[in-house]
Amino acid sequence: MSENTANMKVVEGSYAVAHAVMRCRPDVISAYPITPQTHIVENLSQMVADGELDSEFLTVDSEFSALSVLVGASAMGARSYSSTTSQGLALMNEVLYNVSGMRLPVVMNVANRAMGAPLNIWNDQQDSIGARDVGWLQIYVEDVQEAVDATLQAYKIAENPAIRMPVMVCMDGFVLTHVYEPVHLLDQELCDQFLPPFRPADVLDPAYPKTFGAFADPSTYTEFRYQQFDAQLKSLDLIEKVAREFEQTFGRYYGGLLDGYYLDDAEVVLVTLGSVVGTIKDAIDAMRAEGKKVGLLKVRSYRPFPVQALRKALKNAAVIAVLEKDVAIGGEAGLVTDLKAAFYNSSIRIPIIGFTGGLGGRDITVKGIRKIVDRADAARKGIESEFEFLDLRTEIL
Amino acid sequence: MEKSLLAPGHRACAGCAMPTTIKLVLDAAGPNTIVVSPTGCLEVTTTPFPESAWCVPWIHSLFENASAVASGVAVMLKRQKKDTNLVIIGGDGSTFDIGMGCNSGMFERGHKVLYVCYDNEAYMNTGVQRSGSTPFCVHTTTTPSGSQSQGNPRPKKDMPAIALAHKVPYVATASVAYPVDLRKKVKKALQVDGPSYIQVNAPCITGWTFDAGTMIELARLAVETGLWPLTEYENGSLTSVKKIRMPKPAAEYLKLQGRYKHLFKKAECSGMLDQIQAMADANIAKYNLVD
Repeated sequence: MSENTANMKVVEGSYAVAHAVMRCRPDVISAYPITPQTHIVENLSQMVADGELDSEFLTVDSEFSALSVLVGASAMGARSYSSTTSQGLALMNEVLYNVSGMRLPVVMNVANRAMGAPLNIWNDQQDSIGARDVGWLQIYVEDVQEAVDATLQAYKIAENPAIRMPVMVCMDGFVLTHVYEPVHLLDQELCDQFLPPFRPADVLDPAYPKTFGAFADPSTYTEFRYQQFDAQLKSLDLIEKVAREFEQTFGRYYGGLLDGYYLDDAEVVLVTLGSVVGTIKDAIDAMRAEGKKVGLLKVRSYRPFPVQALRKALKNAAVIAVLEKDVAIGGEAGLVTDLKAAFYNSSIRIPIIGFTGGLGGRDITVKGIRKIVDRADAARKGIESEFEFLDLRTEIL
Repeated sequence: MEKSLLAPGHRACAGCAMPTTIKLVLDAAGPNTIVVSPTGCLEVTTTPFPESAWCVPWIHSLFENASAVASGVAVMLKRQKKDTNLVIIGGDGSTFDIGMGCNSGMFERGHKVLYVCYDNEAYMNTGVQRSGSTPFCVHTTTTPSGSQSQGNPRPKKDMPAIALAHKVPYVATASVAYPVDLRKKVKKALQVDGPSYIQVNAPCITGWTFDAGTMIELARLAVETGLWPLTEYENGSLTSVKKIRMPKPAAEYLKLQGRYKHLFKKAECSGMLDQIQAMADANIAKYNLVD
């Protein structure tokens, strides 16, 4: 069964995501304003104010409090939602670990933005890549429709009793939060069919008193950590399964863990996350017309990191270039480092080079992507530079 | 008292006022209660996994977010139309210092939550470091007495006044040595349709250093000297104080505690003792403690 196409509307990305959240029927929403997340939570507030959405919306004193509120709400059995970005996500950091450690299936849209200093409100993905080890699943989306659909999918993944882990749906700030695109807004009946009510077995209830957030000494702490680790790995299959179930209900599919573009015969493969996929596809279309065998692999699930799926998808490439909007200062960057690690113990031997670009909102252009492809082509004969800043303005250094 | 809702076997020190305080609070609140606690002695001594001393639902998240966690619980209780008591029990470090932002948010939003601070006047769980609640001249491991120091150079932060500034409808001070008064205040606070705050003087044997058998006597002396007035504010007005018949000298309370012993060893500290006596006198005058 597929959704009625007449439901397609031109709306702002933030509205579309807020609408998707409303369709998930969250009990509690708690958020603190930060650009470029604001339109999402403003829309949700209005939906509550207008009686369209029956949720408790808490305005709080910080992002730290926003997520802490959801710890209590989720432990009471609430489907819980927040959204933030950048400095807000960093301020939440301590709570991020706590939410995953307590196995509370909170869902949050991260409107990806650069980290200060210097202060910068524009898009890159330093914020969520920097939070890759906090125990949350991280799904990166390409466009507004995928942000909408991934938000609904996120609850189904998070609340699965075998997983019970929080999920971040990462969407590029401004690029996706503030863009107007035609979108299939989600139908309530189909959403209810797809996402059953959240009914956790363990809640704070005086009839069955339970202790949440106990203290674990060295004899048990490792096993708590192992169970979180194991749940993330188990979610690899679930992410794919939920993507397929979504396709059956709504008729759209993005790849579960990964998605490819001209991958089958590609010699040069670009690997990336998020909205830059659109620009890369345009660049590939042009290069394919010129006879260049260039392809793209979009990583949807960065946590869990789909090692086996990546090996399978990339094994026939002649060279790989990773483009990402984050940098691990003192090392390289998140995705390229993880990808190299994924291949090291396999039989696959493909040169991999990495690029950081689009930092603090700088445009990644088709020209820039062609430059990466040229570098990658050259690397087939030997890597000259393993990691580079794309379009670095050396004249102002 | 019926069977306590805080089971025996917890790891708190002998002579610690915290478990006694919790038992009194839970006894007044009853089993239809959810407790939220910040990190601290309470959390580590009552919940060493896989054991728990809590016979009511209990949740701990972090050191500084108990009020925010409780806010999430409060809105769900309201949404589920449940008439369950919601009580935060935390120490002074989380209450006065690191949790202040979350506390302010919870007070201001007006959730129906009783906040009980067991106030032992320093960071005891980490080894007796100074907190915003530490009184003037107290020796802690980060405000030690020494040739150039008489202990903590600043007076205690006035947390009840901060709660009152948020228009918290019920604010009280209490003492582990006055169980009837504490229970009465807890019951009253739980009737309030909004936030309430009770700050309980709770001696710490490790940080204050006193003889374990004298914990209650010490807490009683804090009240009888005027250093810890028992007060009650309803809707912003002072509605009751515990009168003292014959105020005892502050030194009687101070000299029983290791944290003040430097004041009695050095001649130059006599001025400090006078200043502490002046604080007690000021309380006696402010709250009209003596008829």
